[in-house]
Parts: sequence; C-alpha cells; structure tokens
Amino acid sequence: MSHALSYSDRLDATFAALSDPTRRAILARLANGEVSVMDLAKPFSMSQPAISKHLKVLERAGLISGIKDAQKRLRKLEARPLEEATEWLENYKKFWEGRFNQLDSLIEELKLSKQTSPKRKNKRRIE
Amino acid sequence: MSFIGTLKVEAKGDREIVMTREFDAGKDLVFDCFTKPELIKRWLYGPDGWSLDICEVDLKVGGKYRYVWKYLKDGSTMGAGGTYKEISEPDKLIHTERFDEPWYPGEALLTTTFVETSGRTFVTINVLYETKEGRDIVIKSPMEGGAAQSYNRLETLLNTLTLEGKK
Repeated sequence: MSHALSYSDRLDATFAALSDPTRRAILARLANGEVSVMDLAKPFSMSQPAISKHLKVLERAGLISGIKDAQKRLRKLEARPLEEATEWLENYKKFWEGRFNQLDSLIEELKLSKQTSPKRKNKRRIE
Repeated sequence: MSFIGTLKVEAKGDREIVMTREFDAGKDLVFDCFTKPELIKRWLYGPDGWSLDICEVDLKVGGKYRYVWKYLKDGSTMGAGGTYKEISEPDKLIHTERFDEPWYPGEALLTTTFVETSGRTFVTINVLYETKEGRDIVIKSPMEGGAAQSYNRLETLLNTLTLEGKK
C-alpha cells in the first residue's frame, strides 16, 4: 500500500513509475479526466496485458486509482504523489537557480573586464 | 538574456538527476568558473545568507577539492569535498561529492560537460547518487500546506520529465 511507504520510498516509487514513456503518456491522458482501461490502451500498439502491467506499476506508486463502475474499468489520476515529486524537484531547482544566476552575473563581469584589458591573454593554467 | 538561464532539472532512472543550463560565454570561461577557487567563491554560495568561505581545488586526476560554506547569521558551517576522477579541460569534469554532515547517504558522482555553440556554453551536470535514497534529499523548507490537486504543477512535472504528446 503506497500510503504506508515513507516519503523517500514514495518518491522512489513515483520516479520509477515515471521513468517509462508509456506510463508518462498514460498519466498525461488521465490529466484530462477519467479514462477506461480499454480507451487507455487504444493509442498504444500494445496488448491489453501489457497496458495492464503499466497500470499496475502506476497504481502501486499511488499515481492512479480505479473507480468502481459496473460497466467500465475506469482509472483516474492521483495528484498527491506527483505533487510531492514536483515539490522535491522544484526545491532542488530553486537552490541551483540562485547559484546559476550568480554565475551569470560573474560571467558578465569577467567578460567586461576582459574587454577593458585586451592585452591579457587567456590564462589557461591553474597555478 | 531571454533564453539564457533556463535551468532544466530532470530525474533520470532512480539514482540520477540531470541539470542543464546555458551560459552566455565561451566554454573556457565557464570551465574556469567551475574550477578556479577565486571564481567558484563568487557564485557557488547560497541560498541567502550562506557564503563559500573555504574553497580549495587541486585540479588533477586524483586531486581533491574542499568547500566550506558559512551561514552568516549564526556562524554555522557546512562542508563538502571530493576527488577529481577525470578532467578534460574545457569540455568535461568528473568528480565525487560527499558532505561532512550528509544530507544524502553515501557519495554522488558528478559529470559536468561544457558544449560551446556560437559563443554560448551549454552545461550539463549529471549527478549520480550511490543509493536510491541518496537522491531523495531531505529538503528542510516548509512544505506548502493544503496543496490541492493542482494540475498546473502536474503539467510542470510532466514537462520536466520531457513528456511527449502533452495536451
């Protein structure tokens, strides 16, 4: 059960589930609303069992869930695990974005100082 | 500066993170910024309030580097270091990374490549963590409470993961 997993395990399961292009396409499809297993399988040149296997991985990661419906086996997207993964990546990104913006400024400065002292050759060695 | 500076962060497999970003300079200069202490000190600090106090680099295969950041408010420090595994100036740099007080278990192996096109340099940093858990860095920033099902953020994530066939 996915909610019994630790935060770290959940992230692992999420990223592992997202590491496959077919599964990402399935999620993108579900982002627009509930879809039956039959309809989910249609755009892919894959057998039903193959699609079912992917759905199982997504379910285990808590990324999708089934909806009780007498006729159709509907699947819907569960946003929470994706939000956790997004948050995680965004935090990482913010941390580095700041540093890289600082590097941009430094690069601008270095380029300017080079222009003002054209005689200086590129120093390529580290003393 | 319009297209410069868009940082892309992607999770790859279950142990890797890949960061890509473009810089408005040739690769010699960008490589220097990643390897010369006097330059590293001028950008590799942060988040706010942290400065890079100690920065020692022995740029040779088997050579070590050491960074110590200081939090100005209370003087606390955070140190990290590693060993250079491969140096192909100014195209590629491979080194290990380990924090004194690990915020992730084990070591990471960082492969940084510098590719120059028309005077701009495209930097790719591939971070390979030793363990799966290693990639799940504990981020101490307060999580936004009450996050509802936000499909915008889902879309961001799906974009981040280079999804094809996005609606």
